Amino acid sequence: MGVETGLSPRFGEFGGRYIPETLAGAHEELEQAYNEARQDPAFHAELAELQRQYVGRPTPLYLAERLTEQTGGARLWLKREDLAHTGAHKINNALGQALLAKRLGKPRIIAETGAGQHGVATATVCAMMGLECVVYMGSEDIRRQSLNVFRMKMLGATVVPVDSGSKTLKDAINEAMRDWVTNVQTTHYLIGSAIGPHPFPTMVRDFQAVIGREARTQMMEQAGKLPDVAIACVGGGSNAIGLFHPFVDDAEVRLIGVEAAGEGVSTERHSATLVAGRPGVLHGTRTYLLQDSHGQILPTHSISAGLDYPGVGPEHSWLKTTERAEYVSVDDQQALEGFKALTAAEGIIPALEPSHAIYHALDVAREIGPGKDILIGLSGRGDKDMHTVAEALGVTL
Amino acid sequence: MSQRLRETFAQARETGRTLFVPYVTAGYPRREDTVEVLLAMESGGGDILELGMPFTDPQADGATIQHANHVAIQQGVYLEDCLAMVAQAREQGLRAPVLLMGYYNPILAMGEERFVRLAREAGADGFIIVDLPPEEASDFLSACREHDMSFVPLVAPTTADERLAVIAEAADAFLYCVSVTGTTGTRTELPPGLGGFLGRVRKVTGLPLALGFGISTRAHVEQAGEVADAAIVGSAIIAAIDSGDVDGCAERVRAYVAEVSGHEHAGRLRTGRDE
Repeated sequence: MGVETGLSPRFGEFGGRYIPETLAGAHEELEQAYNEARQDPAFHAELAELQRQYVGRPTPLYLAERLTEQTGGARLWLKREDLAHTGAHKINNALGQALLAKRLGKPRIIAETGAGQHGVATATVCAMMGLECVVYMGSEDIRRQSLNVFRMKMLGATVVPVDSGSKTLKDAINEAMRDWVTNVQTTHYLIGSAIGPHPFPTMVRDFQAVIGREARTQMMEQAGKLPDVAIACVGGGSNAIGLFHPFVDDAEVRLIGVEAAGEGVSTERHSATLVAGRPGVLHGTRTYLLQDSHGQILPTHSISAGLDYPGVGPEHSWLKTTERAEYVSVDDQQALEGFKALTAAEGIIPALEPSHAIYHALDVAREIGPGKDILIGLSGRGDKDMHTVAEALGVTL
Repeated sequence: MSQRLRETFAQARETGRTLFVPYVTAGYPRREDTVEVLLAMESGGGDILELGMPFTDPQADGATIQHANHVAIQQGVYLEDCLAMVAQAREQGLRAPVLLMGYYNPILAMGEERFVRLAREAGADGFIIVDLPPEEASDFLSACREHDMSFVPLVAPTTADERLAVIAEAADAFLYCVSVTGTTGTRTELPPGLGGFLGRVRKVTGLPLALGFGISTRAHVEQAGEVADAAIVGSAIIAAIDSGDVDGCAERVRAYVAEVSGHEHAGRLRTGRDE
């Protein structure tokens, strides 16, 4: 049924399109528009120009020499998405999808956000392109990320608090979907991660794969070889899939996704979907989920709002089951250690999300030892998290 | 398809009346109310009953039914409980066909074939699964066929003609026509253009059509009857439950269904089906 675009709706058994019927037409239309755009040199040229002039790409690949020395292991390379405009990788996807929305002739953009980084990125590109922007955000996340809420408002977006369910990212996605069902004719849902119904996981992956493509080229230029390991944090998993994708066919590159263990995967307060979950269907896609034995979705926790999600992009589920990538988890305290280590050794304050990846990278660096190279996806900067970190360290600001 | 559904539609076709299809979320307002509410919906004039299976993330539902889902989940009302409620209602004399409505993940967790089999054993007649379009439903459809249960697909005003034809092929009892682009919930008026939408659906199928979303008054039901074979009412039932003491909720549902359906089955539960 539907359009023949040559875009596969599935990653092995994962992915698909489990949606209310009202949205079926919009997904087919989007799939077709994306398929045309990805084959259109003019689309790529416009995107590349904005990536250069507006986002500041390519972002640097930075060799963290002091951190490497202190760790006493493999060399640590940071792919600096924290230096992209708005301070995180989210802008890559927001820009690509906003250009698509323009092609679709949809003047209104809705988005969900957890940590607020995707909301800020979306509000930013909407301001730049003159599109109306409505961002759904869990009221618990609004409390944790008040600075980003203010940024979005200054950028002209309407921020709608979501009080249902756990009041976090998952519920913001539900509410954005409800808006989309209602306003589908005028509205594009600019989903923030490589999750959701087909074609979103593929499309978001493609827009984020610029991270891995650049990093691959930069590793060859700066290290003269591919990395031995690539490591990134995984919530929905867009920065990780963007980093991993151009290395998937390089069998010698180990791919490691780091999930949030919160207060521990043996507790009920974590977000380690691939490590501790099992497959199901949520938010339109078949993927690993944190769910109870009745198939009800479990509440999640992480110190980082951006990883606080009970699902994960379906392509990660596929990379896990095919064993092409490994998935591990790092808890709140360990993430704080990663955060402090990078901040003190390199003068780079990471967001709490990639702090999970940094902590694990230090472990792997010691394990595989000197002479090897580890590529770390530094997905965002930590300004937004200073209140959370201060609170966790018992400091009153 | 289920025998009960076939007979219900055949009778309606003979008498030419609009079937009334009320919905309630299992476990709302309390676990122990559901069987009584189902019986009350029938005695008030409900021809086919929808029992909502609670889910933590009811994406296509508006605030009213979201809240009902939340309350039910808080009480630990899961699929097994929904099936037990149907079985209990049958024991107490419920005659109307029952459709189980919900989301896909709890069904996957139970196992699709197992769920369909147990639903049939409990006395249910079919399924409406909001986030399971026919192209993703091949396993579920096989299970339905194997156990003579009906799969009721949804179609929306945004569904293109070619797609309507494919969806209609997955149906065996009727199609659920979503009246508006939006979530469940009451609205003051039904949207314009319903005739055109249902006309498009009639072109691809001879099956009966039920209209749902936004229907809450007798006038809406009469309006629905002009274009559809059945009218589905959900959020307004929940509202009737909420409009007074918890203990009187079943009687209020009965009275509301009687008023809005226009065909109360007076004394039906005591004397059996009188048609």
